Amino acid sequence: MLSGFSNYLWPLLLGSRDMAFPRLNALSYWVFLFAGLFLYCSFPLGKAPDGGWFNYVPYASRAYNPGPNIDVYALGMVLLGISTTVGSINFIVTLARTRAPGMSINRVPVLVWGTVTASAGNLLAVPAVSLAFLLLFMDRQAGTHFFDSVAGGQPLLWQHLFWMFGHPWVYAIVLPAMGIVSDALPVFCRRPLVGYTAVALSTVSTMVLGFGVWVHHMFASGLPILSLSFFSAASFVIVIPSAVAVFAWIATIWTGRPVFTAAFLFFAGFVLLFVIGGVSGFMTAAVPLDWQLTRTYFVIAHLHYVLIGINVFPVLGGICYWFPKVTGRFMNEAFAKLSFWVMFVGFNTAFFPMHILGILGMPRRIYTYSDHLGWSTANLVISIGAFVFAIGLLLFLINAFRSFNHGARAGANPWGAASLEWSTSSPPPVYNFAVIPIVASRYPLWEDMMDEGPERSSVGTGMLLDQGRETVGSTVLDAEPDVILRMPGDSYLPFLLSVSLTAIFVSLLLHSGWGLGITVLVTFAASVWWLWPQKSLGQMQAQHD
Amino acid sequence: MIESMVSDNSLPVGSKGHLASGWWGMIALVFTEGALFAYLFFSYFYLALHSISQWPPGGAPHLSIAIPGTLILVAASVVVWWGERGIQRGKPRQLIIGLSTAILLGLTFLGMQGMEWHNEPFKLSSGVYSSLYFTITGTHILHVIVGLLMMAVLLLWTTLGYFSAGRHAAISIGVIYWHFVTVVWLVVFFVIYIAPRLG
Repeated sequence: MLSGFSNYLWPLLLGSRDMAFPRLNALSYWVFLFAGLFLYCSFPLGKAPDGGWFNYVPYASRAYNPGPNIDVYALGMVLLGISTTVGSINFIVTLARTRAPGMSINRVPVLVWGTVTASAGNLLAVPAVSLAFLLLFMDRQAGTHFFDSVAGGQPLLWQHLFWMFGHPWVYAIVLPAMGIVSDALPVFCRRPLVGYTAVALSTVSTMVLGFGVWVHHMFASGLPILSLSFFSAASFVIVIPSAVAVFAWIATIWTGRPVFTAAFLFFAGFVLLFVIGGVSGFMTAAVPLDWQLTRTYFVIAHLHYVLIGINVFPVLGGICYWFPKVTGRFMNEAFAKLSFWVMFVGFNTAFFPMHILGILGMPRRIYTYSDHLGWSTANLVISIGAFVFAIGLLLFLINAFRSFNHGARAGANPWGAASLEWSTSSPPPVYNFAVIPIVASRYPLWEDMMDEGPERSSVGTGMLLDQGRETVGSTVLDAEPDVILRMPGDSYLPFLLSVSLTAIFVSLLLHSGWGLGITVLVTFAASVWWLWPQKSLGQMQAQHD
Repeated sequence: MIESMVSDNSLPVGSKGHLASGWWGMIALVFTEGALFAYLFFSYFYLALHSISQWPPGGAPHLSIAIPGTLILVAASVVVWWGERGIQRGKPRQLIIGLSTAILLGLTFLGMQGMEWHNEPFKLSSGVYSSLYFTITGTHILHVIVGLLMMAVLLLWTTLGYFSAGRHAAISIGVIYWHFVTVVWLVVFFVIYIAPRLG
């Protein structure tokens, strides 16, 4: 979801014509699609992964789960990891290389900070889970003993590797969403974000700290108390950067002149849900309380406030905000506001009572319970809330589909926003910008209104770069142009490569040595073909050199 | 300031050395691969610390193959570096010699690793140490194979006369991976062969 958002928006936000690696982008998409199909095909075949999403050993080891179900999960996750990794590399290199001249690192939109931080996190965290699944696959199929306690292996190693990935991944999901809010909320408050630098730094530090807290998912697994104390303290510290961002948003609303659009409501609602989800997370970071609450509905409440509250609400707000840019039409505003209120009420009705149920001791992962436990009313309320939430989401989707064809026409910059994507037409042309913009401040389209200095960005004049597919490459920190990058054309190779990669994993699943050999060869050939130096891309000697 | 730089109509076009996007992509790839090995080493030390019996079960592994292997791999990195310097000065012949020597040295290393594997008294499924030993060295061997394939393709492209002093981004990008494989081996060597002797 967020990758799609960022992939579309990044070049527009950065004043560029495309991502740094367009073909890699296509590869990331196709591998993502095939990994998804690989995993979901197992459902109709009755071989779906059945070890829970964190797939703890020994339940997932061969002795207790002999079918192919867990192998599907293991291989599918490694394949999915490839998609995430190449996508992340693309984001990082795009940020480093293809910003418009003058867009120095302290002028990039916060969404860019969020996504690049998430990508760097993915780059370092995804190998942990890929390795965990590889070792599990080997334990199951090649007779190794990594997680086999009888032979000296450690089931806890699985939990460590899984959560070393799992926790940073949570931030990889929420940081881009927080970035959407930091960029779009100020537009509806008619002022720049309060504390841009503090918010950008808190984004990065959340991720850095996020690598040091994985054990808080394992407080109840019998680890030494010293280790628990350390990870508990680290989890408390994460509150600081999160609070910095929250206070920045509140101050932006407080000192601005809010325009109560549907998008604003989604963002403001998000801030409230973020605080509730943050506080319940802070509570479970305390080891004694966690021992009380782990495996109860309290954790379910926290999880949904974090994942839906911090991710889905900003994304829906972002859809309202960028809808005119993408389609050239507005969403129906009254309808969008209605869907927000239905969703907001439904969400809180569904998930807030779970806190209380958790404190009352209702365990998670049960499908029924005795009717004398006093949980019945709260659970009924939860069920009603869930339906209300779903109806709200449905209303939002109906609105989006209707507005796509029938919405009111929008101009280039309907919200009076400050960033570069609003300087080009709605919807933007495939090349995004006819001339490469030159950026002189953090808010290129607000310079006349803010009037903070004589420097003005230039969006109408700049480099034309009209000899084929070209965009400008610039230096990492100051964004001084240092090269003209040639972009490759459309190609079937990413599709071919993703098919052959998927075929490798299918061969592994079916234990087909022949299949493996052939698919590895095809993958190699496709890679060489892909990378073959081309004169048109300036990768090899040309006559005039 | 920016305006003056933009109007200066002399920016290089296309992939040039460290200006190429691919160079940055390779650096990112090295980071994620490095993380993969870091998690492998974490698993090794985690399981070693929790082992109740002697670690490694048969005592520290012999150095008789590993030390010459290490020297060979370092030498392979040096000759590639020397070859890259050649193309920077417009001498493709020097690059061809460097790449072919590196491929021969890499193949020798692979052969020695095969011998080492063959000589081990245990197999993959013998126990938790053997699982780790074969997985860590095996992952490295896979990386050597990928590196060798890269060097072979680069050698082919160099013999076809694709590269010059001004245009050789593919070489500058490819050799990063080759050096990475060497550096990872040095860590593998320390973890598998040296660390058990320090306890």
